[in-house]
Amino acid sequence: MIDVIRSEWTKLRSVRSTMWTLGTAVLFMLAIGILMSIAVKRSATGPVPSVEATGISLSGYSFAALAVAALGALVVTSEYRTGAIRVSYMAVPRRLRLLAGKLVVFTAVALAACMAASFATFFVGQAILGGASLGDPGVLRTVTGTGLFLTACGLFGLALGALVRHTPGAIVSAIGLILVLPQVTRMLPGEWGRTVNDWFTSNAGVQVAFPTASSSLGPWSGFAVYLGWITVTLAVACVLTLRRDA
Amino acid sequence: MTAIRATNLTKRYGRTVAVADLSFDVEPGRVTGFLGPNGAGKSTTMRMILGLDRPTGGSVLVDGVPYRDLRHPLRKVGALLDAKAVHGGRSARDHLLAIAQSNAIPAGRVMEVLETVGLREVARKRIGGFSLGMSQRLGIAAALLGDPEILIFDEPVNGLDPDGILWIRTFMRRLAAEGRAVFVSSHLMSEMAQTADHLVVIGKGRLIADTGVAEFIGRSSQAYVRVRSPRLAEVAELVKVGELHPDHLRVTAMTPLEIGTLTARAGLPLEELTLVRPSLEAAYMELTKDSLEYSS
Repeated sequence: MIDVIRSEWTKLRSVRSTMWTLGTAVLFMLAIGILMSIAVKRSATGPVPSVEATGISLSGYSFAALAVAALGALVVTSEYRTGAIRVSYMAVPRRLRLLAGKLVVFTAVALAACMAASFATFFVGQAILGGASLGDPGVLRTVTGTGLFLTACGLFGLALGALVRHTPGAIVSAIGLILVLPQVTRMLPGEWGRTVNDWFTSNAGVQVAFPTASSSLGPWSGFAVYLGWITVTLAVACVLTLRRDA
Repeated sequence: MTAIRATNLTKRYGRTVAVADLSFDVEPGRVTGFLGPNGAGKSTTMRMILGLDRPTGGSVLVDGVPYRDLRHPLRKVGALLDAKAVHGGRSARDHLLAIAQSNAIPAGRVMEVLETVGLREVARKRIGGFSLGMSQRLGIAAALLGDPEILIFDEPVNGLDPDGILWIRTFMRRLAAEGRAVFVSSHLMSEMAQTADHLVVIGKGRLIADTGVAEFIGRSSQAYVRVRSPRLAEVAELVKVGELHPDHLRVTAMTPLEIGTLTARAGLPLEELTLVRPSLEAAYMELTKDSLEYSS
């Protein structure tokens, strides 16, 4: 397994799209966080409360999530697009081992980049707003949770990539499932509609990145539900990967 | 030990049969040509050997085991299917390094194989800018990484210039001379005539011939003597064993000297007396004429 991980690390570090997509994610986080912080600072009449200041500084998370999801999808689909997947399967005929290698390497890289982006944005934002510190209640969990949520979105992208095997298809379904449909489910009526909305993909997952609860699910149970979505997608992708011709 | 053994190998896509009940062996120490018209099922067969496509029926073993059961397959089998199926953004070196690492092949092999195929100078260049010939060499470098006993090449000379074709041909001969099993597909008979020792010929996914190159020509069509004369009917009567065509006589049972002696004695003028040796190409056309998928 260590051989496959080494090989996948070489693949990931040697293409430009890795730096581009991760760079874009960090840039979205920082740019939107800084702009929002400045805007709030200007209009605020008094000191900004800790909880709000934390949320404001991290408000670029949804755009960053898409950039990370795109990289996750590309880790798999770029090999299908070029046909290089056949070379990969010739080298590692146990296909799930190859997929596991991609998963491990991507998770490590995405987690490092997303955590760095989250903490950096938080500190820059608080330098402007002067509101929150990591010691305040719930703040450390929110900042860490943002890094985790972004990484999970990347994994969702990777799972969709393995399922769809097609770059535009995987990215469109990632946008749909992470950004668009979670908005649509808000319009569902009644108690039933509210439950569906709370449990739906990123609506559940993002709770861990919010300083205050906005759902019937708690921050960690919400995140667990999101990981459940990703696991199911990945499981279906694994079954199909074993069945399909390369 | 037999390098590759296909037994009743079958692949169906819905109702279309790509490969049907195909059995053959590939032996070490020689170049085995895998010949057939376009669409005959050559690439499908190669993908099944490499565990990429799952056979609908039958089996194919590499050195006695299914490809998927090989622990470090690249140390046993090296293959080039499609030279352009690479990520263009990577350098040649990184591309090969990732492949080497996956099979625990020392990183030092990367520069060695790049040297072997003559790409050392462009090791750090992005693959996207490579010509077809260079990509083909890079694909061969990848196949050689694990120093494998078995090599599989799918149409390696397609689209290459004469220099490139000669290089690949010489290279495959060398690999076989080193005792490796070389299995190479082509739809061009003339190409195989220059390279292969043994032929596996398929058409419409079925086995047509599994034989040595020399036997292949001999079996599928014989050499004959073509005789033309202004007095062809008289010549035909004299020779007796000939087959009369409108403008010539075709004789298989006599040599040109025998025919010439006979006609000279009878005082019959000859316009042409030629020994016709069928080319491998002709033998191939003869054998596959029924199995061309899109025959005109």
